Amino acid sequence: MAEMARLFWLIPLIPAASFLILLVFGRKLPKTWISLQACLSVLASFVLSLASFGELLKTAPSSLPLVKTLFSWISAGRFSADLSFHFDPLTAVMTLVVTGVGFLIHAYSVGYMARDRSYARYFALLNLFTFAMLLLVMASNMVLLFVGWEGVGLCSYLLISFWFEKPAAAAAGQKAFLVNRIGDAGFLMGLLFLFLFVGSTEFRAIDQAALGGGLSQGAATLVCLLLFIGACGKSAQIPLYVWLPDAMEGPTPVSALIHAATMVTAGVYMVSRMHSLYSLSPAALQVVAVVGAVTAVYAATMALVQNDIKRVLAYSTISQLGFMFIGCGVGAYAAGMFHLTTHAFFKSLLFLAAGSVLHALSGEQDLRKMGGLRRYLPWTYSTFLIGAMAIAGVPFLSGFFSKDAILSRAFAAGQTLVWAAGLLAAVLTAFYMFRLVLLTFHGRERLETEAKKHLHESPPVMTLPLALLALFSLAAGALGLPAVLGPHLDRFFRFLAPVFPVAQEGPVSPGTEWALILASVAAALAGIGAALLFYGREPKIPAWLVHRFPRLYKALLNKYYVDEFYGLVIVNPLLRGSEAVYRHFDLKIIDGGVNGAGRLATLAGKALNSLQTGRLKDYALGLLAGLVLILGALLL
Amino acid sequence: MIPLNWFLALSAVLFVLGVVAFFVKRDLITMFLAVEVMLNAANLAFLTFAKKQGLLAGQVIVFFVITVAAAEAAIGLAIILLVFRRRKTIRAEGADEMKG
Amino acid sequence: MAIALFVVLASIVIGSVLGMIFSRTPAYSALWLVLAFAASGGLFGLLDAPFIAAVQILIYAGAIMVLFIFVIMMIPRQEVFPADGRKVRLALSVLLAVVLAAEMGVALLAALQGDSAAGLSGLGSTRAVGRTLFQDFLYPFEITSLLIMAALVGAIVLSKKRAKE
Repeated sequence: MAEMARLFWLIPLIPAASFLILLVFGRKLPKTWISLQACLSVLASFVLSLASFGELLKTAPSSLPLVKTLFSWISAGRFSADLSFHFDPLTAVMTLVVTGVGFLIHAYSVGYMARDRSYARYFALLNLFTFAMLLLVMASNMVLLFVGWEGVGLCSYLLISFWFEKPAAAAAGQKAFLVNRIGDAGFLMGLLFLFLFVGSTEFRAIDQAALGGGLSQGAATLVCLLLFIGACGKSAQIPLYVWLPDAMEGPTPVSALIHAATMVTAGVYMVSRMHSLYSLSPAALQVVAVVGAVTAVYAATMALVQNDIKRVLAYSTISQLGFMFIGCGVGAYAAGMFHLTTHAFFKSLLFLAAGSVLHALSGEQDLRKMGGLRRYLPWTYSTFLIGAMAIAGVPFLSGFFSKDAILSRAFAAGQTLVWAAGLLAAVLTAFYMFRLVLLTFHGRERLETEAKKHLHESPPVMTLPLALLALFSLAAGALGLPAVLGPHLDRFFRFLAPVFPVAQEGPVSPGTEWALILASVAAALAGIGAALLFYGREPKIPAWLVHRFPRLYKALLNKYYVDEFYGLVIVNPLLRGSEAVYRHFDLKIIDGGVNGAGRLATLAGKALNSLQTGRLKDYALGLLAGLVLILGALLL
Repeated sequence: MIPLNWFLALSAVLFVLGVVAFFVKRDLITMFLAVEVMLNAANLAFLTFAKKQGLLAGQVIVFFVITVAAAEAAIGLAIILLVFRRRKTIRAEGADEMKG
Repeated sequence: MAIALFVVLASIVIGSVLGMIFSRTPAYSALWLVLAFAASGGLFGLLDAPFIAAVQILIYAGAIMVLFIFVIMMIPRQEVFPADGRKVRLALSVLLAVVLAAEMGVALLAALQGDSAAGLSGLGSTRAVGRTLFQDFLYPFEITSLLIMAALVGAIVLSKKRAKE
């Protein structure tokens, strides 16, 4: 085990190798081979991660983290960055999630994408993504992290626009990439300032500088805010969230992997990794918490009225990411990571189950054309239900514990408004999730005849991952039980404790703790109850609400017109501006210059042409004149 | 005994005469003859300097000049013949097909 | 004595060249030039270069000019050519030639200040020239033979009459 653990740096490289093989030989390999290679490479990484994790449990905290430097990558004057990986509890959590959930999604894809033309390209890209994500979480310095950051952004673009012949998919991919780029600009600036202030981008150096008092509060605030802009882009918070709903154009397993479980959580990981910096700047932390809280509520409101099954889940993801940032913002990084983990389980479960529904309905995504599917899709229904219960915060499922961990710590830190917003978002979450369940699987069948023709449960290669994820969604809560239920039950938090030496939460009396737990339960039950009412007992209520508040409904349905606003204020002026620059500068000046040079040469040639008369004596005259001139010059 | 300056002055005069002859004459052959005059003037100068410096290299150069002039005359005259066959005249004017 | 010889020969040379310029036909021009080269050979002899003088008379006057005359005879009599038209070019060339002469004059005055020839000293004897030619200048000498052969072949090829096609 110890020997295997020492090979932890291979974890990202195995999927990378698989990617390269698929890139070069993909088209000529048989499908079975591709499936086996792609899935097994991720599984191998998972096994390695497990071994390394096991080793970590045995190692004393003082000798953490494990670091392996492959080689010195950049060395330019004062600036240097190595290609080095490290492994500590935080990284362990991330790698286990990425490789574990990733493997299940790879397996699921074998079934889902079975009849797709570009099978090899799909798995190559999935492997590439896995590599980039692992690079991100295993990097030991910010520069290498940024490489992984950009890599997952690239893969996101490539996978969103996987079916690039569809204009909507291509546009969505472009939008994702561009919005991410804006975030990346902030990230880069933060990185540059970080290097300026600290002199290195290695995490160890940053932690030392922050904890040792080498950074002023102002400097820390600046860096933290800039880095947070990057996190907003990658993790779809306000104002850079607009790409995530559009990203649903990609294949559903991609939505599950990238836009639920892993890539979008990179921002949360990054902020957690930089916790020592953030601890120096209460202002930045406040911003993080507030943005997270507002986003959580904001996105949840939009999820209430969406009619596309995947869009609901997309807005739900944005909202849940907001929760994770609340956790970070109040200093409860471990709680944020816990929610990240449980969310990875139940959100990917929900997406994959939704994919199963799509698969059964031959691609229908509109909720208004579903209904009563639980009879036909028993496995899909039961696993989806478990996922919905988990995310809604039904007691004893994983989501309940992770959400409660965040909310109670928020309250304990004195952030009552944030806590209230989180609670509101929890109510909304429960509501829209069960709305989804009821509209899809219960009630009257509103299916179209075409969709009904091929209605069938998914093959085991798809339902098995669903089952496994459902199991995790049920049981993972056991890792992080709140203190009031008993000591030593919070294994997850104690595992992560060495990484976050600065505890930011005030003590909480057991009475308050129980009250908070009750509040969370009440929120969940309220949401579920309302959904049952609206879509089960009295289906007339939603229609009446729409009739009563038409403008509110339209605003929600149209995502508060934010996309249109961005288009008007940012995109259009930029496009118009570039076109103007193109026409006046590019065409006239640059092309004019280049063409002008050509024309000048031609003119000069034509002028000199007149010198070539073809007459012997004229040439001799030239010679003579030259001779006279040279001689004259020599004499003078 | 003979001031070498005089030889050089003669050489200069011959050269200039050759130049003028080249521009004055109208037929190709005579123009070519003028070129030979210029060559001869150069030879004279070479020998003068050879005498002054006591180096035989100057004389050897003249040897080569004469040889090359012979070869040049052969080819040049062959070309003039070809031109004549084409244009039925040895006038220098109008032979401007290499124009442009 | 030598000076008198020089003056005579120089006059012949210049006179012959002038004669060449003012002749009406190419044939007469060529003949005048034969005389010029012969006298030139004499001048070479005065410059302590007997071998070169002999070569000049043998090759230049004897072979090259004869070649000229052959070719001239191959060309039927043309109409008389008066001096060249194109006044501008002529004027310009004469002007430039005068400037050239002046420049050369200036250069000469600077080059040799009243340097006197030290009389004939056997500098350019055939033995000496031969020795230099075959020792220091062997390579160019051999190359020159190639050159002559090229000229030979070239002249023949160029002047061959095209076979009737």
